Amino acid sequence: MIFLHAVSHAYGATTVLDGVDLSIPRGKLTALVGPNGAGKSTLLSAMARLLKPDTGQVMVGDLDVLSAKPAQLAKKLGVLKQLNQLSARLTVIDLVRFGRFPHCQGRLQAEDHRIVEQAMDYVDLQEFRDRFLDQLSGGQRQRALIAMVLAQDTEYILLDEPLNNLDMRHGVAMMQLLRQAADDLGRTIVVVLHDINFASAWADYLVGMRDGSVVAQGTPEQIVQREPLREIFGLDMQVVDVAGRKIGMYWHPELVGAEELSPVAVYG
Amino acid sequence: MTAVQDHATTGHTISANGASPAEKAKDRRVLAILIGLAMLGLLAITAYLTYGVQGSWSYALSLRSRQVGSLIVVGIAIGASSLVFQTIAGSRILTPGVMGFDAVYVLIQTMIVGLFGASTLQLLGVMERFALNTFALMIFGLLLFRFLFRSNSRNLFVVVLVGIVLGSLFASLSTLTSRLLSPDDFLTLQTVLFASFTTVDPVLLGVTGAATAFGLLALWPQLRKLDVVDLGHDGCVALGVDYHRTVRTTLVIVTLLVAASTALVGPMIFLGLIVANLARQALPTHRHTSLVVASALIGLLFTVGGQFLVTHVFDLQTPISVVINLVGGLYFIVLLLRTDRL
Amino acid sequence: MTLTRAPEQAAQPRAGSSFYRWGLLLAVLALGLGAYLSLGVGVVHIPLSAMFSPNEDQWEIISRSRLPRMAAILLAGSSMAVAGLIMQRITQNRFVSPSTSGTTEAAIFGILLATLFVPGASLTTKMMIAIVTSIIGSVIFLQILQQMRHRDPLVVALLGIMYGSVISAITVAVGYRLDLVQLLDIWTTGSFASILSGQYEPLYIVLFALIAGFFFADRFTVVGMGRDVSTSLGVNYTFVLYTGLIVISIMSASVVVVVGAIPFLGLIVPNVVALMMGDHVRRVLPVTAVAGAGFVLICDIIGRWIIAPYEIPVATIAGVVGAGFFVWLIVRHGKGASA
Repeated sequence: MIFLHAVSHAYGATTVLDGVDLSIPRGKLTALVGPNGAGKSTLLSAMARLLKPDTGQVMVGDLDVLSAKPAQLAKKLGVLKQLNQLSARLTVIDLVRFGRFPHCQGRLQAEDHRIVEQAMDYVDLQEFRDRFLDQLSGGQRQRALIAMVLAQDTEYILLDEPLNNLDMRHGVAMMQLLRQAADDLGRTIVVVLHDINFASAWADYLVGMRDGSVVAQGTPEQIVQREPLREIFGLDMQVVDVAGRKIGMYWHPELVGAEELSPVAVYG
Repeated sequence: MTAVQDHATTGHTISANGASPAEKAKDRRVLAILIGLAMLGLLAITAYLTYGVQGSWSYALSLRSRQVGSLIVVGIAIGASSLVFQTIAGSRILTPGVMGFDAVYVLIQTMIVGLFGASTLQLLGVMERFALNTFALMIFGLLLFRFLFRSNSRNLFVVVLVGIVLGSLFASLSTLTSRLLSPDDFLTLQTVLFASFTTVDPVLLGVTGAATAFGLLALWPQLRKLDVVDLGHDGCVALGVDYHRTVRTTLVIVTLLVAASTALVGPMIFLGLIVANLARQALPTHRHTSLVVASALIGLLFTVGGQFLVTHVFDLQTPISVVINLVGGLYFIVLLLRTDRL
Repeated sequence: MTLTRAPEQAAQPRAGSSFYRWGLLLAVLALGLGAYLSLGVGVVHIPLSAMFSPNEDQWEIISRSRLPRMAAILLAGSSMAVAGLIMQRITQNRFVSPSTSGTTEAAIFGILLATLFVPGASLTTKMMIAIVTSIIGSVIFLQILQQMRHRDPLVVALLGIMYGSVISAITVAVGYRLDLVQLLDIWTTGSFASILSGQYEPLYIVLFALIAGFFFADRFTVVGMGRDVSTSLGVNYTFVLYTGLIVISIMSASVVVVVGAIPFLGLIVPNVVALMMGDHVRRVLPVTAVAGAGFVLICDIIGRWIIAPYEIPVATIAGVVGAGFFVWLIVRHGKGASA
């Protein structure tokens, strides 16, 4: 499991993480949710040693993220942020092979190639394997990146807003892929998500953040309730039960329960 | 990853080394291009050594082999260093020459003479002088890179422009300092700075050749990491590559290579830019092991072949650096105009 | 309707106008005094006391060498600074100037052509040819700018510098072929050391260019906003654009022929003045002229003084000061844009 203790970070005078204590369960799909600026991405970056927090401790399994050797950690923890800077003319297969770098330092053996091919199959990109990344659609590129992380073959996978730039159909496909990776492959997956309902429908565990602190955490049944949602998003929304899943109706003030109709309840 | 179901890899014949037919064809093309470049290089060297020799062969050969030796060192050093510099700087228009490294070298030499007099410079052997310069150049490179690090892509042009103008500033400073020198000191400086390439000092050639060879050897283990550096800082961290250390190590090697080439023939601002971009265009691969070799070979072709053409075929008095500045400047303009991502 | 006026005119403040006039007058007086005192600096020292009643020998030196030198300094400094200002207006880009956009280099190429094809050409002939080539050079630069995808002002500057270095490379290549490289040095490195009476007078042509620049000043700004804006404001785009290029070329080419290139002058002086006084072009133009002359005067005096009795060309001093300042300007711009 991933364990954070008293993690704080500030950019200049702005505190973005304020003494976060958190433990993320093993083998589950965990979603970090919250409004913009709540500190979700920063927290994810701190877990992934992309960012060194001002204070606090981060443990991934038995490795201390801040002191572990980069190469060692990379075999245990894969991370995918928005990689805008794919400047090299890379093909899909070239990119996915990068996932094996922590294991073979760029010299792929037969075993590495086998794992790469499996990852390619898993995200169903074989027909695009020799395409350049800039010739792919947004959804295909996202899948290629996921394949790279899968090929890294790490116990823990962290993803920062993997649904960005994806339309609804591809968004659903992506969540399904992550769900499978957790269920079939036993990976511990942490995703930052914008949409509470995607999180509710697919994740095992939700962590709600606001203003740099964790304000609520639990199963979707526990979190997708009126009170916790108000706490996290500052929005009052009606929660309905659809096929056993909780859905928060936030799209229009009139969807809020009748007794709260009049004022637009936005805090902060 | 045993739990992954074995999906059928339909329609693809993937061999044990993981290469599809298309990839194999690509790899073969890369190899063919590299071999072709090497052959052309050998041809250019042979032509340079043997073309139109009159009189004593042994004299001509010993003189020409020194000349061609320095051209080879310069071509390889510039080709290799420019390519990896582009990678660590994350831009195809940034090369050490463009960033004013060469100008710094000239300035350092001038400053030494200006401060301590030419006698000090002559007291130092070729070796010590080279070491001193390389050291100073490294400091400049690291300082410049701190600046680069902090900049985002919008600031890229700031970095380039600052580099170019610094180059011009250093050139003016060098001129200024050299005007302050006594005529004797000035003469010494001239001979040190523009080590005439027609009469190459064998000791200097030995030192710079060794430095280049050492630089290339040191660069080799970095090359696979540089493939990952192409993914940016976050990509490096995710894949367990120490970004800052890789970049720093590479930068130190680059300064060594730049120092070697500048010590031999003086500033060659645009050569690296042309050579590195040609290598990237010619090879359908992102792998630095192939790219660096190609860039070094193309560099060698440009220097040896260029000098051969200039002296023997066109019989021009024009120094090769002028020709390269002309072609390089045009190429740079085309890059600025045509490329979307710089 | 006030809206139809050019923005600069609309923004002209009424208050502070007399302050501006007095300030300008004061600056001119200071420049005059400095210029006069500079007459005493040189191999033959002429003491201050003698300046107002020189003996015959001293007067000979002053009239043959020192006065022409001072005139050349004032003319070259003011015109190059104004040329830079106009160029920055036309391209709407603070980082452009004749010496960073190929105009100066094209003029040098023209001189080389003149030396080549018109042996024994007079100064005036060389100047005419250089003016023509620098007009052509500037037109080509503007054409290239139209092709650009990146409208970033710094990329434009980068392009200009590269364009200039390509023209120089051609010039040097031709120079090598004809064994004229040593000669080229005279024009690439500006210096007032060889200015004597009878050898610099054609430089006075820049006065006409200065006057034309002043009268067209506002229209240059309008043209800088593009063809559409110009047309809607009733300004003849093509006519004003080419007038601007001709004015710039006359200034740059004349200075290059007589004195040689002075790097960064046209770049930094208009920028400093704009930093202090804002952008109102007709107010700024006279100040820019005075400041340019003052800058060159100071650089020249430093050059004459550091290693007296020898002297350092003004181009070298201006190169050091100018490049340093330019770096500061770029870094400042970069910070401002990314903040």
